[in-house]
Amino acid sequence: MSSCSSPWKSTMDGNQNDICGQSANLTSNPLYYQFGLDNPLFGMGIQQPFPPSTSPFGASSSTNIPHMDWKPAMMLDNLTFIEEKIRQVKDVIRSMVDNGGQLPGRTGDIVQQQQAVNADLTCLIVQLISTAGSLLPSLKNSSFLSHPPAGHMDMANHVGSSSSMVPYTTISEENNEDTKDGDEGGDAGMDGENLLPGSYELLQLEKDEILAPHTHFCSICGKGFKRDANLRMHMRGHGDEYKSPAALAKPPRDASTEHAMVKRYSCPFVGCKRNKLHKNFQPLKTILCMKNHYKRSHCEKSYTCSQCHTKKFSVLADLKTHEKHCGHVKWLCSCGTSFSRKDKLFAHVALFQGHTPALPSEESKVSDQVGRVGSHQEPAKLTSSMGSFMWDNSSGDDTVLDIKGLDSCGDDFLSTANFGSFNFSFGPLDEIKGNPSEGSFAMLPSEHFQSVREKGEN
Amino acid sequence: MAMATHHQPKRCRFSPAAPPPPLASLADELIFLVLDHVAAADPRALKSFALASRACHAAESRHRRILRPLRANYLPAALARYPSASSLDLSLCPRVTDATLTAVSGSAAPSLRAVDLSRSRGFGAAGLAALAAACPDLADLDLSNGVDLGDTSAAEVARMRRLQRLSLLRCKAVTDMGLGCVAVGCPDLRELSLKWCLAITDLGVQLLALKCKKLRTLDLSYTMITKECFASIMKLPDLQVLALVGCVEIDDDALGSLEKVCNKSLQALDISNCQNATDEGVSSVVKSIPNLLELNLSYCCPVTPSMVSSFRSIAKLRTLKLEGCKFMADGLKGIGMSCVSVKELSLSKCSGVTDTELSFVVSRLKSLLKLDITCCRDITDVSLAAITSSCTSLISLKMESCSRVTSGGLQLIGKRCSHLEELDLTDNDLDDEGLKALARCSKLSSLKIGICLRISDEGLSHIGKYCPELRDIDLYRSGGISDDGVTQIAQGCPMLESINMSYCTGITDHSLMSLSRCAKLNTLEIRGCPRVSSSGISEIAGGCRLLSKLDIKKCFEINDMGMLYLSQFSHSLRQHMWLAEHDHCTFSGYYA
Repeated sequence: MSSCSSPWKSTMDGNQNDICGQSANLTSNPLYYQFGLDNPLFGMGIQQPFPPSTSPFGASSSTNIPHMDWKPAMMLDNLTFIEEKIRQVKDVIRSMVDNGGQLPGRTGDIVQQQQAVNADLTCLIVQLISTAGSLLPSLKNSSFLSHPPAGHMDMANHVGSSSSMVPYTTISEENNEDTKDGDEGGDAGMDGENLLPGSYELLQLEKDEILAPHTHFCSICGKGFKRDANLRMHMRGHGDEYKSPAALAKPPRDASTEHAMVKRYSCPFVGCKRNKLHKNFQPLKTILCMKNHYKRSHCEKSYTCSQCHTKKFSVLADLKTHEKHCGHVKWLCSCGTSFSRKDKLFAHVALFQGHTPALPSEESKVSDQVGRVGSHQEPAKLTSSMGSFMWDNSSGDDTVLDIKGLDSCGDDFLSTANFGSFNFSFGPLDEIKGNPSEGSFAMLPSEHFQSVREKGEN
Repeated sequence: MAMATHHQPKRCRFSPAAPPPPLASLADELIFLVLDHVAAADPRALKSFALASRACHAAESRHRRILRPLRANYLPAALARYPSASSLDLSLCPRVTDATLTAVSGSAAPSLRAVDLSRSRGFGAAGLAALAAACPDLADLDLSNGVDLGDTSAAEVARMRRLQRLSLLRCKAVTDMGLGCVAVGCPDLRELSLKWCLAITDLGVQLLALKCKKLRTLDLSYTMITKECFASIMKLPDLQVLALVGCVEIDDDALGSLEKVCNKSLQALDISNCQNATDEGVSSVVKSIPNLLELNLSYCCPVTPSMVSSFRSIAKLRTLKLEGCKFMADGLKGIGMSCVSVKELSLSKCSGVTDTELSFVVSRLKSLLKLDITCCRDITDVSLAAITSSCTSLISLKMESCSRVTSGGLQLIGKRCSHLEELDLTDNDLDDEGLKALARCSKLSSLKIGICLRISDEGLSHIGKYCPELRDIDLYRSGGISDDGVTQIAQGCPMLESINMSYCTGITDHSLMSLSRCAKLNTLEIRGCPRVSSSGISEIAGGCRLLSKLDIKKCFEINDMGMLYLSQFSHSLRQHMWLAEHDHCTFSGYYA
């Protein structure tokens, strides 16, 4: 999959008419633009106006992208498009000025027009920046990197294509800051919020989109990533031009996102409380919340704890969190229930008549201590010695780049049985360090290595 | 009574062949009544009785309720001999091992209700488990000072389902887990001490308050409990006594968190030494405890008029202790306005107690029975005149080191407060006239007149003549006295139990000889009396068989001979301070 601007560039010749046509239809079909405007999370949805027929994951298209060098013809096209666009916006504004005095009652139309103009202006700014960026030889590709990368657009594409989107007409700007609070903390974080229905925009992704493993794809090799930052780090391997500070910097938040409506998400599972059809519907705050919620509530729990072999999880991070504490039960009740926290045990004992705190027997005490010692040491070792190569590993291993996430693998690595793989896994890292000139293929071995490692484990 | 003891053995001895032994025809209840009387008069009489005959021995064995062995290794035999013993006091056995406790359980002691292990070390969870198994009805267990006892021990304690009184004082290794076990396992708990249990937190105490609803007395002094569990403690329906001495986490915030809680059962609250509590917290907490009888705020907070006026809501208050408090202006006066029902007031070591305010207070507190104004150095004869004229029914007055009170003022005490039972005039300007006035206090039982350099034998003779109830007299460093005065006391006060004559250099063996007639004497302190010799000690050893505490430090004339007598006769001697200054003597013959 490519970055945001590259498909646009690549398809510019073919799509320009489309764009112009759609831009011309701007006033007649404001919803379309509102959609784009209201998807700041996906980056600049507004500037990927190609039809939904593009493949959802974009992997096929991304691999076919021609090499992006600066071409005068393409630049000319760009400028022409900007000119065209400016004229359109001018027209719209002029018409607004003309109609302003005559139809004061139709505020709804005016609002829509204003939104459309805003969207257009935003689009123009982005185009200008990207074009200007490609004009400078030293910053040849920074423009493309400074755009929200592929995954964003990809997701937006999905929304545009298959998701049902419910635009509400009332806009409350006050709740904008809520978007920042959204965290992977899960569904629960949502419950305290009292957003009125209609004061936010509701999005619902389909199952496939939720379960898609990657949202960011390398435009050169097609490798998928969960995070944009990881992709940017990956891009370094494709050449020196990706190593400039501008290319590595976090893409600036687009101006259009500042004024967008608060977003909330609905679970696609009908009957779920988080589904918009539910009587007591409670929306999910962020896309991550929704993903985790859907996996936890409606997916099979495929991750099993390697220590207790009983606890199962559908979200990998949950498994890791569990594995951190699995094995050392500190607080036991006489009924056999165990708790990881003392206050939970005491609440339990307080609740049930006859239950009493149970002290661990002598043998279990010893093993408990041993376990505790082990658990205290392992993460320390991991963060110090393994963190660096795990980064690479995790991207290919379908995990989030997260120190927490290292635990489960750590066991494998530390055990003597897998020591070989442990050594092996250092290989790519050395390779990268030693041969930075290998350029775009420097990252590829990590996948190979990944598969080799899996073979080795099996 | 002594006669009765001597008669019965004789009867037994002289009619050995009579078919029914006379003692057997007496109902046990009657014998026990007789024995109770005998023991009250002379505790050693029971031993003589038991030695008289087999039947007497058996009767005495059935009678004995309390066992206080000196050595733990004879415990099984003792328990076998005294099957009806209900209380086992091991406080004289410093070392009690698990094996000992297992032996106790082996000798079948189901009648045991109380076990005191407060001064014993060396046992653990296994011993307690054996005890729990052997004594299912155990209701009273004292594990104080069990610094080695941990949660496993507490879990064994929790198996004693009928426990009503438990002391875990200074069991620093017991955590919330152990306390949780006890809370769940002993639902009948009435009295619990967790003093100095530093590992206990709010969680455990909250669970305790939830599970042991019958708690009446709870001591949480010097624990780390906070506001979190304070409300749940105060919700205990039967709580009567609560001690929170030195709880640093109990501050105004905690004390003020009881807005909606109203504990009508609480009668005594001790928040002394709570450094972080102030007058505001106290004002707010008393609103929640309307039936309080006893309040101890010693070393806690300054006494302000506003705090004292809040005491109006605890109208039944009888005891108010304000030791070491700083009185703000009109604070003491406010006590006179708000706490008219107070019967016991302690102002010892307070600053800011003035004549005018104290006079006002005592004029309002007509029913005052006990007053402590120790070290109130600002008060003068004016206060004393007010006290003695207003509180004529005083039974206890402690005024050590009130240095500005003159001998004239002190005479008023004897003249006006004739009901006094306890009087502390240590380090005052007392003279013989004052003592003569005190002769009117015929019920005087405790008199402390140490460091009163002006008193002499003449004054003491008045006390000896007119205070027959005297049990405790302190003559520490009252250098003016000699043998004559002590002899007068010894003759006039047969109930004397304790006498301190340390550094009274005029004392000789004659004093001890006369004191040896006081059969109940158990404490004798003659430190630094160089003229006392072994012959005096031997007289004491022979006469005062109950002697348990003896201080003969710096009595250089006492040698092995005295020790030999002591070892022979004074079987109950427990504490003796003599070694340090005696290295020139050889106490080769002494053994306990």
